[in-house]
Amino acid sequence: MAAGAGVVDDGTDESVEARLGRFFDSATGGAALGPDDDYFALGLVNSLLALEIVAYVERVFQVRVEVEDLDLDNFRTIARIAAFVRGKWGSGGAGRPA
Amino acid sequence: MALAGLLERARAEAGDWDRVGALPADVVRDVAALGLLGSDVPSRYGGLGRDARELGELCAALGGACSSLRSLVTVQGMVGAALLRWGTEAQRAAWLPALASGALRAGFAATEQGAGTELAAVATEFTRQGGEIVVSGRKLWITFGRFADVFLVLGRYPDGLGAVLVEADRAGVRVEPVHGQLGLRAGGLADVTFDQVRIPAENALATKGFGLSHVVGTALDHGRFTVAWGCVGIAEECLALAARHAATRVQGTTRLVEHQVVRAALGRMLVETESARALCERAADDRGSIPRTVTAKYAAARAAAHVSTQAVQVLGAAGCADGAAVARFFRDAKVMQIIEGADEVAEVAIGEHAVRRHLLEGDRPCT
Ligand SMILES: Cc1cc2nc3c(=O)[nH]c(=O)nc-3n(C[C@H](O)[C@H](O)[C@H](O)COP(=O)(O)OP(=O)(O)OC[C@H]3O[C@@H](n4cnc5c(N)ncnc54)[C@H](O)[C@@H]3O)c2cc1C
Repeated sequence: MAAGAGVVDDGTDESVEARLGRFFDSATGGAALGPDDDYFALGLVNSLLALEIVAYVERVFQVRVEVEDLDLDNFRTIARIAAFVRGKWGSGGAGRPA
Repeated sequence: MALAGLLERARAEAGDWDRVGALPADVVRDVAALGLLGSDVPSRYGGLGRDARELGELCAALGGACSSLRSLVTVQGMVGAALLRWGTEAQRAAWLPALASGALRAGFAATEQGAGTELAAVATEFTRQGGEIVVSGRKLWITFGRFADVFLVLGRYPDGLGAVLVEADRAGVRVEPVHGQLGLRAGGLADVTFDQVRIPAENALATKGFGLSHVVGTALDHGRFTVAWGCVGIAEECLALAARHAATRVQGTTRLVEHQVVRAALGRMLVETESARALCERAADDRGSIPRTVTAKYAAARAAAHVSTQAVQVLGAAGCADGAAVARFFRDAKVMQIIEGADEVAEVAIGEHAVRRHLLEGDRPCT
């Protein structure tokens, strides 16, 4: 809970990436991915998990993933998802959590 | 006709529909007129705007009468959900009102000879040519494919999986009815061949690479949700039929229900049925969770299969007779353990979720 609250409270890149790191670590059975590892290319993501990533990002970071956002480049690494989330927070529309 | 009247008619006639292998056209019209094909579609797109619980209860009620009727709502809902989630505003505006009203009927075309569980193996080809996409491939087991006006088709571009909408009246679409399958006999099944079918590029949903995981994934999630609730309906109805029979049927001087083993069987059936309902309610209340819906569908399909099997047992020959409702539910329930993710596949996915949940303990939405 503390780590989760940290992500929203301070909104630092590290927190977002750390949170995503934990998600992917658990989702891939402890593959210990680096921020730039492409888990799609590594074959670690089946189709059910790919949709769960969207649901997870929307739920935990309180952003809305639109059809225009469906670009593998937004999702293929932890660093890219973090950048995507920061972009959503910054763009106002999706609203960064307080 | 009100929903109660529709359900009463379905209960009375489902056996005949099963035997002839089709739903009467006026029943389909009644379902559409009641708005049930767009139950959870937002009202701005012509739907009833109902929530997940209401959609679930509708599917339980329909499923308790006729699984093929419930499948009508499932298929239309799957294609609608994919459009609502991953369509552009133009695509939503173009298709959703017609799907919600039933002016257009949908088919979900994913399965192929070489791609059932493993949908990533589909061979249907999408080739871009100017402003058009050419679709070539053969899809099997399309529920209500015989009557569909538009198909949501899973296929592959040279560089990734995609999903497109193909209208049934385009040149090169061939629909062959499928008859005599174990269950969902009134489900209007068909195999559909797409032979160099040209569609406009705006019929493509999402970009390449997201056709299976996201577009078809969202459709399947919606399908699992409504199938799960339909299975709750099957189990509840079979339990009621078995209890009534056991309470009234007399062998010699003994009513069936006086046998402890018969009462115990009914007890097991009740626990399975109520467990399935509880998991479906939980999935409805947390509709954003894919694992909860996978779990609910798995549990409900198993409950429907077990409870219907036991119901046939309790009814004995009466349960085996031509036209027996429990026999139809028994056949339909078996199908539910195979479609929208077979039991074994669900078990693996749920197991993966168990690991994930353990490792992510404490994660909460940032609200
Ligand atoms: C009545 C009916 C209606 C249908 N309607 C539609 C429809 O509208 N649209 C559509 O696209 N498809 C439809 N289907 C097809 C359905 O989705 C497939 O049957 C289903 O996905 C399973 O694929 P398969 O039959 O090729 O079985 P297979 O993939 O060959 O699997 C057969 C069995 O092997 C086991 N198995 C398979 N893979 C695994 C695994 N990875 N791990 C463990 N065990 C495994 C399971 O027990 C499974 O039941 C329908 C089917 C039926 C029977």
